[in-house]
Order: sequence, then structure tokens, then C-alpha cells
Amino acid sequence: MMWLSANESEALTLSLSVATRSVLLSLPLALLLAWVLTRKQFLGRTMLDAFVHLPLVLPPVVVGYLLLLLFGTRGPIGGWLERVFGIELIFTRNGAALATAVMSFPLMVRAMRISLETVDRGLEDAARTLGAGAFDRFVSITLPLMLPGVLAGAITAFSAALGEFGAVITFVSNIPGETRTLPLALYTALQTPGGDSAAARLAILSCVLGLTGLLLSEWFARRVRRMLGR
Amino acid sequence: MLEVAAKKQRGAFLLDAKFELPTPGVVALFGRSGCGKTTLVNVIAGLLAADSGRVALDDTVLLDTERGINVAPEERRIGYVFQDARLFPHLRVEANLHYALKRAAVAPFIGVDRVVELLDLEPLMSRRTHELSGGERQRIAIGRALLSQPSMLLLDEPLASLDASRREEVLPYLETLRDQLAIPMVYVSHNFDEVLRLATHLVLMEEGKTVARGNLSEMSLHPRVRAIIGTDAVGAIVDGTVLGTDSSSGLTRVQVGQGELKVQFGTALPGTRLRVQLLARDLIVATEPPRHISVRNSLPGVITSVANDVDDSDLIAIDIGGILIMARVTKAATRELGLATGKPVWALVKSASLRPHVI
Repeated sequence: MMWLSANESEALTLSLSVATRSVLLSLPLALLLAWVLTRKQFLGRTMLDAFVHLPLVLPPVVVGYLLLLLFGTRGPIGGWLERVFGIELIFTRNGAALATAVMSFPLMVRAMRISLETVDRGLEDAARTLGAGAFDRFVSITLPLMLPGVLAGAITAFSAALGEFGAVITFVSNIPGETRTLPLALYTALQTPGGDSAAARLAILSCVLGLTGLLLSEWFARRVRRMLGR
Repeated sequence: MLEVAAKKQRGAFLLDAKFELPTPGVVALFGRSGCGKTTLVNVIAGLLAADSGRVALDDTVLLDTERGINVAPEERRIGYVFQDARLFPHLRVEANLHYALKRAAVAPFIGVDRVVELLDLEPLMSRRTHELSGGERQRIAIGRALLSQPSMLLLDEPLASLDASRREEVLPYLETLRDQLAIPMVYVSHNFDEVLRLATHLVLMEEGKTVARGNLSEMSLHPRVRAIIGTDAVGAIVDGTVLGTDSSSGLTRVQVGQGELKVQFGTALPGTRLRVQLLARDLIVATEPPRHISVRNSLPGVITSVANDVDDSDLIAIDIGGILIMARVTKAATRELGLATGKPVWALVKSASLRPHVI
């Protein structure tokens, strides 16, 4: 990237790397939760639903702080992860990915739920009479039919992950090359004397990435809809 | 033998059904819309849990609430053709067919080639499902159900969403299936024409209950069946055997009871079983053997009952040698001819008003 400085392109590649990890981490879990919240009736379902949506209404700093408590080196989950798997989250890009995953999780679950609700359960019944078991039905019928929502959810979450600021800086701080993603780099540039043009470039870059994400999501959705004949 | 018994309470609606079908055979679940036919079929398929009941096909028990047996729908080996076809929209026609074959639990007794041939699917194989007409969709749904290698087929009003000409496109295929594959079928319908063409037995449902059952000939004159199908469609369905072709007229001679019918039916080998519907409104009753008349058919018999019918007319039941038929005549005719139980009569019907089907 000719017009970006070394620091700036580092922030860009780091952001992409963090967002990719974030989506990979949250995708299977979001799918499971979308399915449970849409299809299962159980005690505490409303509570779980509210809990999933919590990051939407909490200040990101609070989410970052809660993550610090839970996943910090001395936190109950963070300590266990480090002891058993040697996974460090504090001050690492994996930690940044976790923070962005939590923040974008409700968006992803929402998109998946909406598309899961449109899946005709009669088709699953038909598959059932043809001999397909529960997992088989999900993989061969339900998942392909809700694909537009899964893709839309993943792309929206990816875009949101690129832009997450508060939770990231609170949980994993602002370390160049490890946790300084685009918005953090932009913020740092603004704090640095003479960083105005760098801030402008990063802002434009963020806009372009966001827009690309939205257009891609729309394009994918249309393609899949055409494939399904809708 | 297919045995079905099921009870299920759904709000104010109570399903309370029981019937048996000798196999192979086609039983029509017949009744007005909303009488619980689909609910019953879903219980048979296992898609709906019954409060209590038993479903068994030959030696295989699929459901027995008393003994705690409830085989999962995916393991019942019951092919289900839904009213709305339910083809998988993300798969092409060919993939829809293979979906079923891949998941078959037993070694295939019918393959894709044979199904494609039976149902004439070759030109449709690479199509997407939304490019198909209603009749084509149903043929594929039938093919897909067959490829799951079922031991029984459930067809839930497969033709109800089609207009009359499309229906005529699919019906012959269903007749072919019945005649060529010995798979027991449960055929849900509120269209008596379809029942007449396809079924060997009929179970009548009213408000969730199976109120009468029997073979089609017996059931065709059942008062409650008559009430549903409407005055004009009332008539006996009789099965007869082809004797040969009448050389002078070219009509097919069919033995029915102790009499003989001449019907228009291409060429049929002697011994072929034909089904004929004798509509009550088409029958004429004579008290002497008729002469000098264009009507080709006269069946001798004895009146077994005279009953009130709509609009100043009577329904006369006539035994024509172990087979009961019904004729509608005006009350004035009943009086003048002295029609009463025990009186010998001749039932007349024009060959042109008979539409025979092979069974």
C-alpha cells in the first residue's frame, strides 16, 4: 500500500486478522444460539436472549472491563485457559478478537435468527420422512436454506469487528503490532502532534472497508436468493 | 395388513381414528376439509405424536403407546407425498431424487432409472424446483418418496392444489404406481373422482372420527358418503370382469353381478377387471324387460329398499345378483310403477354414460 505508512498498513493487516479470528470464533457459537433461541422452548430462554443482546446496550468499556475480570490472567476463565492450553488473551490479538467477537455477537445471532425463522419447517419434516436424522437435516436442509442470513451475519460482524474500539482498548490495551487495530491507530494518530493526515487516511480506509463489507453482504444475499429461486 | 388406531386431543378437536387395510391396497381417507385427515396421516408418519394409539404394517410395529414403542419418523420407512410437494428449493430435481435414495435404510428395490421411467421425469432432471409446474412438482415428490424405498406411501391430497387438467396429468401415474408396485398406499382426498380411480378401500372421516370403513363398492352407497359427495355424484361403484368384445357394436362386454354391461373401453382382454360407476341419476327403472329402446344395458334385479331422496324423488336400491346399485326416480314414478321392496325390476343405463377404469 503505497500511500500508507508502515504503521498504518500494520494496523490494517492486524485489523483484518483480528476480525477474521473474531468471526471464526463467534460463527459456530452464534449458529448454535440462534438455533436454540429460535427452535427450543425452555426455562430461562428470555434471560439467555437478553444476555446475548447485552453488548448492544452496554457501554463497550463495561464489556472490556467484564472481559478483563473474567479472562484476565487472574480471572477464572483466563487463568484456566493459560494453565491448561497456554493461551494468553491479555495484550494479544487473540484477546482483541475475543473482545470484538463479544461486541459483534448480537448482530450475528440476530441475522441468523431472522433467516432461520423463514426456513419452512415442512421441508425439514419432508427430509425426516426420507430418512434424514436431526444433524443430517440441519446440515443438508436448514443450513443451506438459512445461508443468506449466515453470510449476512458473518459479514456484518466482520465489519463491526474492524471498527470496535472501546472493548478492545479496555481489555487488551493499545499495543502497536499486537492490538492496535484501525480505530485504535486512528485514535493514537489524533493524540499525536502532526498526526492529522494519518488520521484522515485511516478514517477514509475505515469508510472504504465498511462500505465494501455492506456491498459484499448484499451481493452474496442476492446470489443465494437467486439460487433458491426467491 | 396395515393397522391404524390413534387418539389425539388438540384443543377442542379430538382425533379418534381406527382402520385396517389389507395389503397391498389403496385406502382412501375420505371426508370434508378439516375433518382430521391430515392429522391422522401425520400420526401415521410419526410427525405428530398421538396421545394413544397403534400403527403396525404387517409384522412391523411402528407405534404402540401401550408397549412404549414409537419409531422415529426417519426410521419408519414411510414415504410421504405432501399436498404442497415440499421439494427442496436449494437442490435441482435430480438432487432431490438422490437425496431420498442416499438415505434409504434398505437395499433399493426401485432405482432412479425406474422411477424416472414410471413418472416420466427425464426432461425435468436438471431443472430447478421453482421452474416446475404444480403437476411436475407432485410427480417429482412422488418419485422422491418412492426412492426412499418405503414400505408404505402416504399421499396427502397430492392433487388438491392442481386444476382439473393438471390433475388429469398426474392421476394416470398414480394408477400406474398402484398397478405396478405392490406398495400399500393411504390416499387422503375430498375428491370422490380421485378416490374412484385409485382406491380399493375407503375410510370415511367426520369431525376427527373414522365413522365407516369398507371396500369401495360397499362404501359407495353408504348414506354418509352420499351426503358428502352430493346428489349428482351418488351412485354404485361396481367391479366387473371383461367377457369380450361385442362384435356388432364394438363395445366391451362386462359381467356385473348376474347381468352384463356393454361399455366403451378400447380393447380389453377377457378376464380384465373393470370398475364402473353407475350414477343413480343415470339409471332408469323398468318393471318389464324393455324392448324397442336404444339403451344397450339392462340389468335384472330385485328392489331391496325405497328411500326418500331430495326434491320429490326416491332412491331405489336394487340387488343385481349380490351387488347393490341405486337409481333415482321421481315419487310419481314410484307410485305409478308400484316400486316396492321385493319387486323384480330391470335397471337400464346408456353405455355412453359409463366411464370404466381398469383396476
